[in-house]
Amino acid sequence: MWLEIVIWQPLRVVTPPNEKDQALEKLPLMSLAILDFEKSVTELERKIQELKRLANKQSQSGEKTEEGAAKGDSLPDDMGEEIARLEDKVAKQLKSLYANLSPWQKAQVARHPDRPHFLAYVEALCEDFQPLSGDRAFHDDQAIIGGLARFRGERVMVIGQEKGHDMATRVKHNFGMARPEGYRKAIRLMALADRFNLPILTFVDTSGAYPGVGAEERGQAEAIARSIEKCLDVSVPIIATVIGEGGSGGAIAIAAANQVLMLEHAIYSVISPEGCASILWRDGSHASDAANALKLTAQDLKGLKVIDEIVAEPLGGAHRDPQAVVQALSDALYVALQAEMSRDGDGLKRQRRQKFLGMGRNLGVAA
Amino acid sequence: MSWLTDYVRPRIPGFSAKKKEVPDDLWTSCPSCQQMIYAPLLSETHRCCPHCEHHMRMPMLERFALLFDDGQFERIDIPSVAADPLKFKDLKRYGDRLKDAQTKTGEKDSLGAAHGLMGGREVVVAIMNFAFMGGSMGMAMGETFVKAAEKAIEAKAPFIIFTASGGARMQEGILSLMQMPRTTVALQMVKEAGLPYLVVLTDPTTGGVSASFAMLGDLTLAEPGAQIGFAGKRVIKQTTGEDLPDGFQTAEFLQERGIIDVVVARKDMKDKLVQLLSLLLGDALLELPSPEEVPGERLPDVAAEEGSQDATSDDAATEAKDA
Ligand SMILES: [Zn+2]
Repeated sequence: MWLEIVIWQPLRVVTPPNEKDQALEKLPLMSLAILDFEKSVTELERKIQELKRLANKQSQSGEKTEEGAAKGDSLPDDMGEEIARLEDKVAKQLKSLYANLSPWQKAQVARHPDRPHFLAYVEALCEDFQPLSGDRAFHDDQAIIGGLARFRGERVMVIGQEKGHDMATRVKHNFGMARPEGYRKAIRLMALADRFNLPILTFVDTSGAYPGVGAEERGQAEAIARSIEKCLDVSVPIIATVIGEGGSGGAIAIAAANQVLMLEHAIYSVISPEGCASILWRDGSHASDAANALKLTAQDLKGLKVIDEIVAEPLGGAHRDPQAVVQALSDALYVALQAEMSRDGDGLKRQRRQKFLGMGRNLGVAA
Repeated sequence: MSWLTDYVRPRIPGFSAKKKEVPDDLWTSCPSCQQMIYAPLLSETHRCCPHCEHHMRMPMLERFALLFDDGQFERIDIPSVAADPLKFKDLKRYGDRLKDAQTKTGEKDSLGAAHGLMGGREVVVAIMNFAFMGGSMGMAMGETFVKAAEKAIEAKAPFIIFTASGGARMQEGILSLMQMPRTTVALQMVKEAGLPYLVVLTDPTTGGVSASFAMLGDLTLAEPGAQIGFAGKRVIKQTTGEDLPDGFQTAEFLQERGIIDVVVARKDMKDKLVQLLSLLLGDALLELPSPEEVPGERLPDVAAEEGSQDATSDDAATEAKDA
């Protein structure tokens, strides 16, 4: 499905560095995967890259002479104009494409390999992040990472699924598919947060819990069930954000939260469109139909009142401007956290329980 | 064994070859040992094979009758929920599938609940009906679970559930997934009221049901040979290419690995439940605080519309934020 090509540098213009920017430099932008429906845009983006590379080469060779150094970054006029013209065209195409993404296209954007993943967000959103390892029983599952951190000065616990950003890290993190020990680590960290009155920020990005023999033998179902139970039991705020793919039980295990945020192009579903198509249509190629039927977009889920807020993504999706999406999410999380921190422990628990008990009751009753 | 030996028919070699000639309603073959079974016998053996004791799936009403004293129980109404909230259509409309299942089973949805006496003690029992769309979990199941939990709290009665489900009902999309936290909230309130919540896993219990209320019992029992797990065997094989060990995902396999407490044959189930409740709670009538003294709030009225729920300051804050 992915057309992966290894290319150049990030597209975004580099702004003056500060702490956050330095963290963002670590964001995974080694490769750009091309989505089918974006082909014409990516063609243009490649042209722009090539022009910039040429211009850069020219200015670098110029810098070797004293005259060239004075010119600095400026490009030859014609090349600059061409770049500006193409960039304008890209922006227009992206705007119309992304304003009208189908649910199936959104699923592909949500799974885009260059989309920022959990660790990138934590690095960019938090200071002082100290990962904590293991479930104290079996293993340290790398598909769910969690630890202590500061978010905008507030001491918090962060927990999330990490998919990895290249082959080595994808394997290390098992593509974001946790085993029981991952959920048991999450449970342990939620209990720790509860004890020290630390709000919990969770980040959901998984195609689902790992379906394996060992996972079943160690009680995958029980681990997920206990994780949901723990979410609903703690006396501290939990804010969950679906940053990419919210895959079924593996997702809700860390998302039974006081508030659930969702990035604009993320998806959240009881089953993958492919899985649903292969069962109900008896044909995986009906994934697009299944994606439509499942109502898995942030916009649909807000309508069903299953999520609370949609966090806007930059034009062309989070992977085109990670810095912008980090900023938007930071602001949204801050607002949500402030609101929830005004409740006491019992109030938080009550709000969470009533929120989930009430879910679906607002949709009208059958005659 | 004795309850079965009376009914055991001698093995008739080659009899199965003539299977088609006998009327379907009189003879059936065991899915496990393939021997022929005189069908009217199955209600007496509670749907267990007289030859090999294989536990077949049991109709919901038969199970209620088996569990309650003298077969006497009162059903708890299944609340109405939004039908087909997503207007879901695959090869068939969900609305039509739902109607077909209702016609076929005579039930509103896949979970039934009842209360009555079991061993002289008031209990609430919920039973998942695999015959209704594979026991799939949707909004109606969630509401029935909540209502049954509410009844248990009101009657100060233990809450027992028999699970049987292929998992979430895809046609209700995310709303089906949301029944995992919803049922969890309900059982947490049962536990906080000091009442036991017992789970009996029957064949099959998988997916979203296994990963929520089915695995949160104070005690977890299972019927012999029941298939219990999170992911389906086919998915595991396809995803990992791993060979599945013998007896993988059976009740016995799970007990050996410490995931469930005890495997109990169907014929012994009621006595075992009565014994366990007696061991947990003593033989005296339950001495529990009245509902007013129970920590935590009561469950909101199931039938209440959103707007008519108690507008606590918390709700008001949430709604203000939404606006
Ligand atoms: Zn048999």
